[in-house]
Amino acid sequence: MADSSAVTHHAPSGDVTKRDLLQLILTAGAAVGVGAIAWPLIDSMNPSKDVLALSSVDVDLAPVVEGQGITIVWQGKPIFVRHRTPAEIKSAQDVALNDLIEPQADSARVKAGHDQWIVLIGICTHLGCVPLGNKPSDPRGEWGGWFCPCHGSQYDTSGRVRHGPAPLNLYLPPYAFESDTKIKVG
Amino acid sequence: MAGLTKSEFANPVINWIDTRLPIFTMMQKEYGVFPTPKNFNYFWNFGALAMVNLVIMIVTGIFLAMNYQPNTELAFDSVQHIMRDVNYGWLIRYVHQNGASMFFIVTYIHIFRGLYYGSYKAPRELLWMLGVVILLLMMATAFMGYVLPWGQMSYWGATVITNLFSAFPVVGPKIVTLLWGGFSVDNPTLNRFFALHYLMPFVLVGVIFLHVAALHITGSNNPLGIDVKTPQDTLPFHPYYTIKDSVGICVFLIVLSALVFFAPNYLGDPNNFIPANPLVTPADIVPEWYFLPYYAILRSVPNKLLGVCMMFGSLMVLFVLPWLDTSRVRSARFRPVYRPLIFVWVLAVILLGICGAHKPEGVWVILSRVCTVYYYLHFLVILPILGKLERPLPLPESISHPVLGGRGGGPLPGGALAKLMEKA
Repeated sequence: MADSSAVTHHAPSGDVTKRDLLQLILTAGAAVGVGAIAWPLIDSMNPSKDVLALSSVDVDLAPVVEGQGITIVWQGKPIFVRHRTPAEIKSAQDVALNDLIEPQADSARVKAGHDQWIVLIGICTHLGCVPLGNKPSDPRGEWGGWFCPCHGSQYDTSGRVRHGPAPLNLYLPPYAFESDTKIKVG
Repeated sequence: MAGLTKSEFANPVINWIDTRLPIFTMMQKEYGVFPTPKNFNYFWNFGALAMVNLVIMIVTGIFLAMNYQPNTELAFDSVQHIMRDVNYGWLIRYVHQNGASMFFIVTYIHIFRGLYYGSYKAPRELLWMLGVVILLLMMATAFMGYVLPWGQMSYWGATVITNLFSAFPVVGPKIVTLLWGGFSVDNPTLNRFFALHYLMPFVLVGVIFLHVAALHITGSNNPLGIDVKTPQDTLPFHPYYTIKDSVGICVFLIVLSALVFFAPNYLGDPNNFIPANPLVTPADIVPEWYFLPYYAILRSVPNKLLGVCMMFGSLMVLFVLPWLDTSRVRSARFRPVYRPLIFVWVLAVILLGICGAHKPEGVWVILSRVCTVYYYLHFLVILPILGKLERPLPLPESISHPVLGGRGGGPLPGGALAKLMEKA
């Protein structure tokens, strides 16, 4: 325990002794044991199977008219689905990439052939608030997209950040078109 | 008394802390060099085992609480959620569930050790009484924990046990309403049981601290029951008893693992797989095995109030045991009459447990009455009289004497031992 007793147990020459080996084996064994006990306890805090089972959501787009946006829930997060007007699509496509905070073409943010549908995770990339603008009555900011009420970040009709403090564009969820009027998020 | 400690530790960081808050010096004194009788047998493992068991219960309990819902609508399903959906939830719950049984096995053996070797006698009376408080707290904690899964046995166990208090005249029904927070066992009851089940283990930690503190004032008893006379009678706690306790902990963990992995529901009741139904009582109501003896005492008395008093009394009598036993010889090894009688008492308790598991009819009623009478007879009549009549065997001069003399010689050659003692 104390240093004095450790010294007396060592060989006088200071060579590696059987005791050193036993101590190493003991310490290693204890570390493995503690790890083996901690693993299930810590892993129990990860998402459980019923939470993982909620990993995908089907959305029917047919009722969403041009200019309208809907909000759905996927993994507890709001997902914005917006049916863009031709004017909105054009304004999103015509922006010079140099003007953007995080340069990204509109074509990279929609599925090919479905330019009118923009699907975004509706969480401001600043500190996690839900931006306004999905409803036509909401303030949409200078660029006609979304406006975050918390700290004033503004996004364009492609969900790209145009005015800080948010550092990044709105994230895109993984999704795919199952038909022209149906998507699967997740 | 204020002032810095003069720390002996060479490591500068440890020394710096120790000078200001001498926890390292304290640990070294209480668990490092602490002089401990050198003749312990494996019965002296069980205090440490109980401590390890409590830690296992608290740790698994905290992780279970993260996924459990103390609400009558959700409780049963949330336990199934833990068993099926939560990662390793089945493991954590089975360890907690069987850990409760192991806790009682370990504690009952620990108590038997105290009874057999007279550890409750002067000067360790308060140490013993704190132990009885720990037992009572453990029982309350276990009972409330068993209610949480909200199965049929949970519900009806809670109903029966809380109704015990209705036996008291005048205030009884008021107390029961207060316990329930309503007019039957229901959501408020479940909520408060969960809150208290989470709290009590930490109260236990506090009382156990006092129990250990008292132990370190009086020093440990030993299988001979005689006082430590010289440093030659002792060994430093570390490494001798840290290693001996580690052996016991390994065996303990093997038994716990065997239960968890091969028979996780062996000690449970199948009725608790049925969600609680306040309208239907199961045909056989039995508590968990560790409560069966007390349950048998309760049922052996045909009068409601008297039965409840007898049941609580069977535990209360332990508080005054140090004064009921009039013999000044501690260890049963030197008490030729007490030695068989303590086993008769253990047999009575085991028989009570078996009676408790059977329906109270026919022979079981008679047997449980006989055993209940003997249980009390042992403490209230036999022990006070025996101390006066019994002729104890001659006690050894010292702990070293029989260790080095009889029983196949001492554990260490004489020279090595003398050298060790110089250090101590």
